[in-house]
Amino acid sequence: MVTGKGGTGKTTVAAAMALSLAEQGKRVLLVEVEGRQGLAQLFDVPPLPYVERRIAQGPGGGDVFALAVDAEAALLEYLDMYYHLGRAGKALDKVGAIDFVTTIAPGLRDVLLTGKVYEATRRKSHGRLAYDAVVLDAPPTGRIAPFLNVNHEVADLAKVGPIRNQADAIMGMLRSDVTRIHLVTLLEEMPVQETLDAVGQLEALDLRIGSIVVNMVRNSPLDDDALALAVKEKLPATEIGKGLRSAGIAVSKGLVATLVAEARDHAVRVGLERENRDRIDALGKKVTTLPLLPDGIDQGALFDLAEELRA
Amino acid sequence: MSELDLDALIDDPGTRIIVTCGAGGVGKTTTAAALGLRAAERGRKVVVLTIDPARRLAQSLGLTELDNTPRAVAEVSAVNGGRLDAMMLDMKRTFDEVVLAHATPEKAEQILANPFYLALSSSFAGTQEYMAMEKLGQLHKQAERSGDWDLIVVDTPPSRSALDFLDAPERLASLLEGRFLRLLLAPARGPFKLMSAGVNMAMSVMNKVLGAQVLTDVQTFVAAFDTLFGGFRQRAEQTVALLREPHTAFLVVAAPQNDALREASYFAERLRAESMPLAGVVLNRVTGTHAPDLSAERSLAAAERLEESDKSPLTAAVLRLHADKMQQVVGDHKRADRFRRGHRSIPTVEVPALADDVHDLTGLRQIGDLLTA
Repeated sequence: MVTGKGGTGKTTVAAAMALSLAEQGKRVLLVEVEGRQGLAQLFDVPPLPYVERRIAQGPGGGDVFALAVDAEAALLEYLDMYYHLGRAGKALDKVGAIDFVTTIAPGLRDVLLTGKVYEATRRKSHGRLAYDAVVLDAPPTGRIAPFLNVNHEVADLAKVGPIRNQADAIMGMLRSDVTRIHLVTLLEEMPVQETLDAVGQLEALDLRIGSIVVNMVRNSPLDDDALALAVKEKLPATEIGKGLRSAGIAVSKGLVATLVAEARDHAVRVGLERENRDRIDALGKKVTTLPLLPDGIDQGALFDLAEELRA
Repeated sequence: MSELDLDALIDDPGTRIIVTCGAGGVGKTTTAAALGLRAAERGRKVVVLTIDPARRLAQSLGLTELDNTPRAVAEVSAVNGGRLDAMMLDMKRTFDEVVLAHATPEKAEQILANPFYLALSSSFAGTQEYMAMEKLGQLHKQAERSGDWDLIVVDTPPSRSALDFLDAPERLASLLEGRFLRLLLAPARGPFKLMSAGVNMAMSVMNKVLGAQVLTDVQTFVAAFDTLFGGFRQRAEQTVALLREPHTAFLVVAAPQNDALREASYFAERLRAESMPLAGVVLNRVTGTHAPDLSAERSLAAAERLEESDKSPLTAAVLRLHADKMQQVVGDHKRADRFRRGHRSIPTVEVPALADDVHDLTGLRQIGDLLTA
């Protein structure tokens, strides 16, 4: 399960994780549940239907299949599987019942979405598991704990019956050793705070944290001593002026002052990032960092990130 | 291409509502707070409604508790006769208050305890947007009645798409007035035989899957809600109408990244289609430099020369920083220019990026200055 605040790159990280597993020769299913076709955009393919479809191959022989789960289609599939509804399902859909039930009962919606993941992890084909791993591009950190707390979500809704049993089975899988939740963050105040909050909420539910993925990290060209000076705008102007001249750059007084001021802004940001990094480290979880890719994200960049994740 | 004059906007007594909107993470909330503060210190009586502020920003406004009521922000200069109140939206509480205000105590209790009401009021996608509208409507009424405020600045909920804010009330309304709900309500209102065989079958399957209790809960909820509001859609339309009036000004906030600018375009087009008054676009956090003549390429080349000759690693490092900065400067300006050229009729204002997050009133004043520079 990969979660993160909006804008932290959780879909990208989920895709990179799937690729990194595929590069080890595994058959991987990459699932999205928010109906926004983020995976199709990322892999530059037409919108994904509610069908598992291969979108990438790992050099090691593995494959990544992608699936966009749609709660309404999942409910119809579920009804068909357990009640052999066929035509009746269509009738339900026609009066708006499917739409209604999946919209007004968010708990049910989440059970259907996680239920599809549950089904995919257990599915057998030719006597073996259909997938070695399932990677879910899960809802954002603000919603992840309620999303995974399926048992609680349906508690008010369905006290007995098949939905209840289904929710219990899903919860069992989520709490077991096969499931890990990875949280993607940037070293900024809001995403870090949400990550800390989510870790607390998830652990209170007995769910297991895999790692914290610190995304889009930039290394500073300044060492710690220089950063300490830079913050106070006390970098030696004479040395910089001399250095610039020896590199063949015409030096005005304003130029050195600007470079010193830019170094200060940079050092302030690095300081904030370090504070945020300390807050992440204090969780005592495994932390993985991914670099900022200056040219944006395309398939090649995904493979680069996948490699970083494996390292 | 015209410049957006925000001081003229906030000084105009005809401006009664300012709505900041845009994709998540572009600085909407900060912009709303900075503008509210500036308007207050220039003499307006302002209330700022924030949705989900960063902790430090909330603290800077004195928003330490979430009690759904506007509180005066201390340390706001009142020399011009203005004042600033601020509040954070509590969507469930707002929803509860609507129910309590419109139903008999007995009926309200019934609704508040209904599991479907709980789901709807706390986690339905769109409730937050709808409740932001509801709260805006309430504040507006209170302002008209009591004269407490003459300007409401409202931030919109963080969402992937800025359009959610305009669509959510309609989505909620159509859900509650949908065909299936009408059918569910039918037995509560008329003889059972009016229901078609298809619906009967649908109900029986739903009963099997969800359990009979669930459908009964839905029916009670909808029946109670229906008599309560006499049409959810109508209520939604009223709040949306408020946004069409000329005393409202929409301010779209966008960072100079492709996604955010695309959202801003969609939003501007949508506002025009809905005849909603767009004041302009704030191009926020545009990277700037005081040394634009030293290009990224020259800067990098110089850094490499210094590194090769092992001279002044410090100078090489600051040159690398400048090269990074110049790349951002050039990219940001290219994207901002492209946006302005594509939307010549929309006034824009560019706000430079700051190194630090805003966490106090001084920081907000600084943003206010930049917004109107």
